[in-house]
Amino acid sequence: MSPLLVLLRRELALTWGRGGGPLPALAFYAGVTTLLPLAVGPQPERLAVIAPGLAWLALALASLLSLERLFERDFEDGALDLLALGEPPLEAVCAIKALAQWLATGLPLALAAPVAALMMGAPLALTPMIVACALVGGLAFAFVGGLGAALALGSRRGGVLIAVIVLPLFAPPVIFGGGALDLAARGLGGMSGLLLLCAWSAAAVALSPLAMAAACRNALD
Amino acid sequence: MISGLLVDNLTIRRGERTLFSGLGFSAAAGEAVALTGRNGAGKTSLLRAVAGLLRPAAGEVRFAGVEDAGEARARGLHLIGHHDGLKGGRTAREELTFAARWSGGTAADIDAAARALDLGRLLDLEVRKLSAGQRRRVALARLVAAPRPLWLLDEPLAPLDSLWRQRIGEVIAGHLAGGGILLAAVHDPLPVAARTVEIGA
Repeated sequence: MSPLLVLLRRELALTWGRGGGPLPALAFYAGVTTLLPLAVGPQPERLAVIAPGLAWLALALASLLSLERLFERDFEDGALDLLALGEPPLEAVCAIKALAQWLATGLPLALAAPVAALMMGAPLALTPMIVACALVGGLAFAFVGGLGAALALGSRRGGVLIAVIVLPLFAPPVIFGGGALDLAARGLGGMSGLLLLCAWSAAAVALSPLAMAAACRNALD
Repeated sequence: MISGLLVDNLTIRRGERTLFSGLGFSAAAGEAVALTGRNGAGKTSLLRAVAGLLRPAAGEVRFAGVEDAGEARARGLHLIGHHDGLKGGRTAREELTFAARWSGGTAADIDAAARALDLGRLLDLEVRKLSAGQRRRVALARLVAAPRPLWLLDEPLAPLDSLWRQRIGEVIAGHLAGGGILLAAVHDPLPVAARTVEIGA
């Protein structure tokens, strides 16, 4: 079995060991999407208009959870040394870790997103677009989030620092995805927004492993 | 395959502090080098610099037998220190299997390592439930489970009892007899014939 496949299996096993796999993120997501309607007030029509956007934003926030332990634990117990001394380059190691993060939390969240949007009154016809945005955007959230986690290595209160680093970088995908959902809700397709989101995700997947690896090397030095 | 190690005029600085400067020594295939020196002299930093994890302020580390240092490190060395990379919440078997397969070991190698370090009953326990000595044996098992020529060990024997110090000595002797190289930071003498390099003398 190739070392990267071995690593992916370990990372997926660790996401469960790190604290219940997708469950905390899903629970957080359910909590936020339940609270939002309470804050907006008792007007289902108004809620239905903003439901897709709220579901999308809550998803971006939920994907911040559990990022803190992505590199920190391996850094503390010395496993990052082992990963840095393997045959695959550190960039590939970081990409696999971010991919595992997406598989463990991004995928389940993408399946939960349309349910949350429907609960808040979004039209059923919007479901495919919501799932597509959540799947593609989740990939960008995982890779950019991984970059934040690598940059925060070794700092105390890393979780807050990760959020501060990562939230500005979440702005473009949130805008593209929100735009796609808005256009789709008005019956104008929304493919342009989705394609922009795809482009952003592709750039995040291609570039952030380089930065993650550099940040890890810096932390190990 | 790495057939020799050359540390050339190495200087390591941590922040403003110079740990040591102008350090040079070499080790050929089959040789063991014991790094000694007081606490904080830079033994661990030297091991990490040889592994390429720490950038030296001056000088370089070269490997005989492999052109590219990065290539030599990616396939040719093991580094085991105080932070052994074992996850407390996973079983010893899971951790050993991952470390070995990640470093290029096969299932047969892993079985051989478990026998050599007598891990049989320990393998199904969570790492956090092991004693310090047992945990060190699980960490050291990856040396056998994924054969690589250069071993960089930081206080490998510290938590082990006298019986296991002797048994690890036999494992190390076997490694050296097969053309391997050992670089170990120690306070007590190694159980094999070794050249001593004092750091920060």
